[in-house]
Amino acid sequence: MVDLPDQGRNNLPPLRLHVPEPRFRPGDTADFSNVDIDAVGRLPRPDVHVAPADIHGHAYGLVRVLDLDGQAHGGWNPNLSRERLHAMLRYMMLVRAFDDRMFRAQRQGKTSFYMKSTGEEAVSIAATMALGRDDMCFPSYRQQGILIARDYPLIDMMNQIYSNRADPLKGRQLPIMYSAKDHGFFSISGNLATQYPQAVGWAMASASKGDNRISAVWCGEGSTAEGDFHSALTFAAVYNAPVIFNVVNNQWAISSFSGFAGGERTTFAARAIGYGVAGLRVDGNDALAVYAATQWAADRARTNGGPTLIEHFTYRAEGHSTSDDPSGYRAREEYAAWPLGDPVERLHTHLKLQGDWDDAARDALRGELDRLVKDTQKAAERNGILGHGMHQPFNSMFEDVFENMPGHLAEQRDQMIAEQRRKFGPEWEPN
Amino acid sequence: METTTKTMNMIEAINDALSIMLDRDKDVVVMGEDVGYFGGVFRATAGLQKKHGKTRVFDTPITECGIIGVAVGMGAYGLRPVPEIQFADYIYPALDQLVSEAARLRYRSAGDFIAPMTVRSPFGGGIFGGQTHSQSPEAMFTHVSGMKTIIPSSPYDAKGLLIAAIEDNDPVLFFEPKRIYNGPFSGHYDRPVEPWSKHPESAVPEGYYRIELGKANVVRAGEALTILTYGTMVHVAKTVVADCGVDAEIIDLRTLVPLDLDTIEASVKKTGRCMIIHEATRTSGFGAELSAQVQERCFYHLEAPIARVTGFDTPYPHSLEWAYFPGPVRIATALENILKD
Ligand SMILES: Cc1ncc(C[n+]2csc(CCOP(=O)(O)OP(=O)(O)O)c2C)c(N)n1
Repeated sequence: MVDLPDQGRNNLPPLRLHVPEPRFRPGDTADFSNVDIDAVGRLPRPDVHVAPADIHGHAYGLVRVLDLDGQAHGGWNPNLSRERLHAMLRYMMLVRAFDDRMFRAQRQGKTSFYMKSTGEEAVSIAATMALGRDDMCFPSYRQQGILIARDYPLIDMMNQIYSNRADPLKGRQLPIMYSAKDHGFFSISGNLATQYPQAVGWAMASASKGDNRISAVWCGEGSTAEGDFHSALTFAAVYNAPVIFNVVNNQWAISSFSGFAGGERTTFAARAIGYGVAGLRVDGNDALAVYAATQWAADRARTNGGPTLIEHFTYRAEGHSTSDDPSGYRAREEYAAWPLGDPVERLHTHLKLQGDWDDAARDALRGELDRLVKDTQKAAERNGILGHGMHQPFNSMFEDVFENMPGHLAEQRDQMIAEQRRKFGPEWEPN
Repeated sequence: METTTKTMNMIEAINDALSIMLDRDKDVVVMGEDVGYFGGVFRATAGLQKKHGKTRVFDTPITECGIIGVAVGMGAYGLRPVPEIQFADYIYPALDQLVSEAARLRYRSAGDFIAPMTVRSPFGGGIFGGQTHSQSPEAMFTHVSGMKTIIPSSPYDAKGLLIAAIEDNDPVLFFEPKRIYNGPFSGHYDRPVEPWSKHPESAVPEGYYRIELGKANVVRAGEALTILTYGTMVHVAKTVVADCGVDAEIIDLRTLVPLDLDTIEASVKKTGRCMIIHEATRTSGFGAELSAQVQERCFYHLEAPIARVTGFDTPYPHSLEWAYFPGPVRIATALENILKD
């Protein structure tokens, strides 16, 4: 047992260990009236080559374009065409319809796992739309919107989720851990924040080759605690890498609120300041602000202005994943009380103000997207669902460990085939 | 003395051990991602923060390197930290703090500083967790000098071993086979899961008791061969041996380092045959070490080559999990081979 020494400092009050505590727990009524939210349009849009030291205020304020009534204001307004805005809404609604359907599929026992991005659709959709189609994205597991905004086939996302015989990843990965190089989408890792330095490496490679493509990377605020996050920022600062760091501050990391990643003291955008990197804090539920900030950072990166860190201030509307029940650690109505509203609803309201769009049109679109998702799901299920036999050939398990299969793996493959024949009969074939 | 027992699953037994140690020793602290208020993603620390206070049971930032580094510093002060790594698959960011720091602190400071920590981490597959929720990395740590590795296979063992680990003054890795948290696993994934309550080793004594580290458990006495195994595979081995009607002696190693070589040696010298079963990949797995030890000690008693039954040398697949897992068919085939002549 540790005995406390008498240090002759007995007139000092004893030290205390501070352990962060969120403001609301189950049973409490969430009230976010204390959350400091910048007025729409207050923060100016600086020149893209501004020195990071000259925009420290942007790391503490909030870049906003849409007010809560749907009006767009200020210098950050990206002034998108009606077609672009409608495409954006459609993609965001498609992500939501897809998430709902796939969550339900997991509950029906058709796969092992799913993760929704409800409330965070703007963060992936609007950001992707502001990037070039050939810019490289290094996502976390909650940016399915990147694939959707790049028109990746929905059926292949579902085939991956079902680990079925048409799964492009051969049934090897946990559902939603997609990989799609031809859509500029890096293979998702289960290990948090590993993609951060990798995105910097990609950007450094692009710069060293005299290319003009940039990279963008995402992680949750909880993951900024990992060492990889800090290694990435150091490298990006040292080599002025053309990369956009996105921190999706959705307030929760499973059951741990943002205070356990340092959020009690400062913002996540302000992490950039110590590294001498440009930092922007953005209303993540405002698709136009996300678009504008990403466009700014992309222009900066593409013209040798270097890296930008963007904190997307948002809220995780649902549980962490299908394995999680948030009623065990946070107040029930938190999302309804979130002062920055819902990103889909806010963009919809904005489009209504433009005319030629109303609730009925939105409902019709929702119906259309639900049908699309449902029909696609039916088609995907014809390729099999998890655990029902219609998976990739058994041999595929031993492929891609190395480029060429070494002898010991070939031996183990033959052993596996013999085992299956013993179980299912001598006629059994590995396909 | 009369000891009363309580039926517990493995999670409850671990929770009970932690609570007892938090009560007995005010220097014990429990920390990790989501372990505080929520009580852990597997509920192993449920209720502990409420009972013992949030400066002794708390959530941490998501940095495994930080968690273990902080535990080294707490140990240097004199605390006895019990950090949780949420999944063994996520222990790698902590590798430097474990391997270069915790494991060597006593040696490099000639005993001036020690790192008395117990790192708990759920490990192993069989839950459709894919490659980042299924790994069995124990051999990476048994290879490191200065670090102990424990793998329990029942609620009774989990509690007694965890208490002994926390009281130990060296860094200990305590890998919890998550497939058997709620019930032993026969290896037949297509059969219904049996809860721990139907198993005698779910009768856990109330209060404090310890199981000495480095003592294996002969879970089945037999003459035909010796099976060395641990964790989930203890139960799979028991089922297959019963199904095949083989008179195997099954030894649950319980701790890999330190290893109970006396029990192993006596058994193999008696039976003349040795099979090693683990879920981890084969190449450089702990089975390689066991095989070498048995060969060195029992060579002249062996009547057949030592057999290893393991996971394949691939990452843990998702959909083909059961083709990967060293289940009943792989074990039965190996049993036939080793008993052939
Ligand atoms: C290295 C590592 N440690 C722990 C985990 C377990 N884990 C998965 S998600 C998660 C929370 C991440 O929270 P955050 O970064 O805020 O992202 P969010 O889920 O909110 O999008 C944790 C701890 C992991 N996947 N990888």
